[in-house]
Amino acid sequence: MALLTVLQAGPNTTLQDLGREGFLKYGLSRGGAMDRLAVLEAAALLGGGLDMAAIETPTGLRASVDTAQRVALTGAPMRAEIDGRALGWNATHLLMPGEVLTIRPSGQGVYGYVAFGGGFDVPRKLGSVAAHLGARLGQALVAGDGLKLGDDSNLAAPAQFLRPESRFSGGAVRMVTGPQTAHYSAERFERFAKTRFRKSGQANRQAALLEHDGESFDAENALGVVSDVIVPGDIQMSGAGEPYVLMAECQTIGGYPRIGAIIPQDLPIVAQASQGCELWFEVVSLAEADALYAPDKDVLRRIRDKTKPLVRSPHDIANLLSYQLISGVVAGDEE
Amino acid sequence: MAKIPDIVPLGTEGYLVRFADKLDDVANRAVISFAAAVEAADMAGVREVSTALASVFVRFDIEQVSRVDLVAALSTLLASRDWLHSAEVEQPRLWRVPTLFGGVAGPQLKEAAGLAGVSEEVAVRELSQTRVRVLALGFAPGQPYLGMLPEHWDIGRLTGLTPQVPAGALVVAVRQFVLFANPSPTGWRQVGLTKISLFDINAPQPFALRSGDELMFEAVSEHDFALLETDIMGGATLEEPV
Repeated sequence: MALLTVLQAGPNTTLQDLGREGFLKYGLSRGGAMDRLAVLEAAALLGGGLDMAAIETPTGLRASVDTAQRVALTGAPMRAEIDGRALGWNATHLLMPGEVLTIRPSGQGVYGYVAFGGGFDVPRKLGSVAAHLGARLGQALVAGDGLKLGDDSNLAAPAQFLRPESRFSGGAVRMVTGPQTAHYSAERFERFAKTRFRKSGQANRQAALLEHDGESFDAENALGVVSDVIVPGDIQMSGAGEPYVLMAECQTIGGYPRIGAIIPQDLPIVAQASQGCELWFEVVSLAEADALYAPDKDVLRRIRDKTKPLVRSPHDIANLLSYQLISGVVAGDEE
Repeated sequence: MAKIPDIVPLGTEGYLVRFADKLDDVANRAVISFAAAVEAADMAGVREVSTALASVFVRFDIEQVSRVDLVAALSTLLASRDWLHSAEVEQPRLWRVPTLFGGVAGPQLKEAAGLAGVSEEVAVRELSQTRVRVLALGFAPGQPYLGMLPEHWDIGRLTGLTPQVPAGALVVAVRQFVLFANPSPTGWRQVGLTKISLFDINAPQPFALRSGDELMFEAVSEHDFALLETDIMGGATLEEPV
C-alpha cells in the first residue's frame, strides 16, 4: 500500500483511464482519457495493461509518494522535475518517498499524463476509475487529496522511454461522412473539407470549437434534425454553423446536425492541439477507416515494442551518488 | 427522403437504425422494441445498443464481425416484424412519482397551462394523470425525455433560458417532459418538482429508469411532498409487469 499526495493541482486535473463502456443507453458517455494513446503509452512504459489509469492534467501537478514508485510521464510534453532535477518526457523515472514531482505545461499539446508503477488502488465505479465531471461522477483533484496506489512490485525495472506518435501540434485529422452529411450541399461540404481550422480556446472534455475564416457552415433544414445518438469524434455544427468536435465526455444524444465524424485514432490530435493550432479534415471512406483501425490491445502491443530502456549518461545524473544503485541489481535470469 | 426504416453507419464503430426523421410516438415504440430485440438476439460483435428518440444505435467490434455480416443480421431482424405497426408490445414497468405542481415547485405552470389552453387545475390533472413513456435517456446520465402528452401540450420552448432549475425539476415543451437529474439551465417551462434520484453511482441499480418505462407524476400536497425528504427515491414506486 502506498499513498500519493497531491500537493498542488491545476484546474481540470482528474484521474482517467480508458473510460466506461456500455452505458450509452442510460445517457452516460464513455468518458476516459482525452488522449487514450497517452494512457496506452503509460501502460507500455510501466508494463501495465488496458486497465491502466493516469492523472490527466492540462495545467500541471505537484505530488509526492510515501513509498517508492516508478512514474511514467506521457501525453503533452511538459516540463517535469523531481526536486529540481529535470526529467525526460515519454519516459519512466523513480520517485522516492518525500521527493516532490512537479510538472508544468510547456505550451505544446494540452493534456499531460502521470501514471505510477503500482497503479491506482481506488474503487472502480461502473468498471472504471475515470472522473466524468460532465456526469457529476468523481471530482477534479485538488491540493491535499490522497490517492491510494498499489505497491510497485517492479521498482528495479530499468527506466524506459519511447518516441510518441506525433500529435501535439494539430494537422490533418481523418473523418468519415455520416447520416447527416446530406444536410450539407456538395459545395458547402467541399468548402468544409478545404478549410483550415484553428482550435479555439473554447475546448474542454466535452467538445472543442474550431474557428475559421470565411462563411459559416449552416446545414440546410438544420431545425428539422431530430435529436439523435452522438458519438465522440462527431463534428457537430452549432446553430450559427460553427463546428464543434465532440470529445470524451460528450452527451449521448444531440439535436444539432453532424457533418461527419473524426476517426477515433485521430481524436488525440484534436484533444492535444493547443489553442490556435491548425486542424483540417481529410475525408476517408469507411473501408479506409477500417483498414486503419487497431483495437487497444494491439495498439498497446505496438507501443510496447517501441519502448526502450533509457540509457542515461552519468553526466545527466546530477546526484549520482544519492542513487541507491544496489536496489536495481537483479539476478540476471529474469525474463 | 431516406427510406424508413434505414440502417446507416454512424462514425466508424456503429450503425444507426432509423425509424423516423422526426419524433413520433409510433416510431419511438418501434425504436424501443427493436433495441430490446437486438440485445436479446445477442448478435456476434455487438458491443452495446442504445436508443435516441427515433433511432437505435448499435456499436460493434469490427474485430468480431464484419460490416456486411452485421448489416445483414440487423436487416434480417428488421425484416422479421413490422416494427412500426406491431401489436406485440411488451408490458412496460410503471413508476409512480410523487410530484409537487405549481407554486415555487412549478413557477411556469400557469404560463404553460395558458399556452396549452387549459386552467391550472386542468393542467395539473392532465399532467399528473397521463402515463408518459421514457422516449430516451440522455443529456445527463439517467435523465429521461418523456412523452407523449396530449396534443394541446405541443407548446414551444421559452425564447430565453431559465438559468437554473433544481435536480428533480419537471419541465414541459413539445408534448414532452424532461425530468432533470441535476441542476441545469433549460428553455422548457418548469411545472413541478420531484425528489426521485435518477442516477446514483453507489446504488445497486445506478440508473433508475430505462427506455420504455412508463411514469405517472402523481400530484401530492406540499405537506406530503415535504415528508418525502427522507425517502431515497423521493417516494417513487415501481410496479413491474406481471
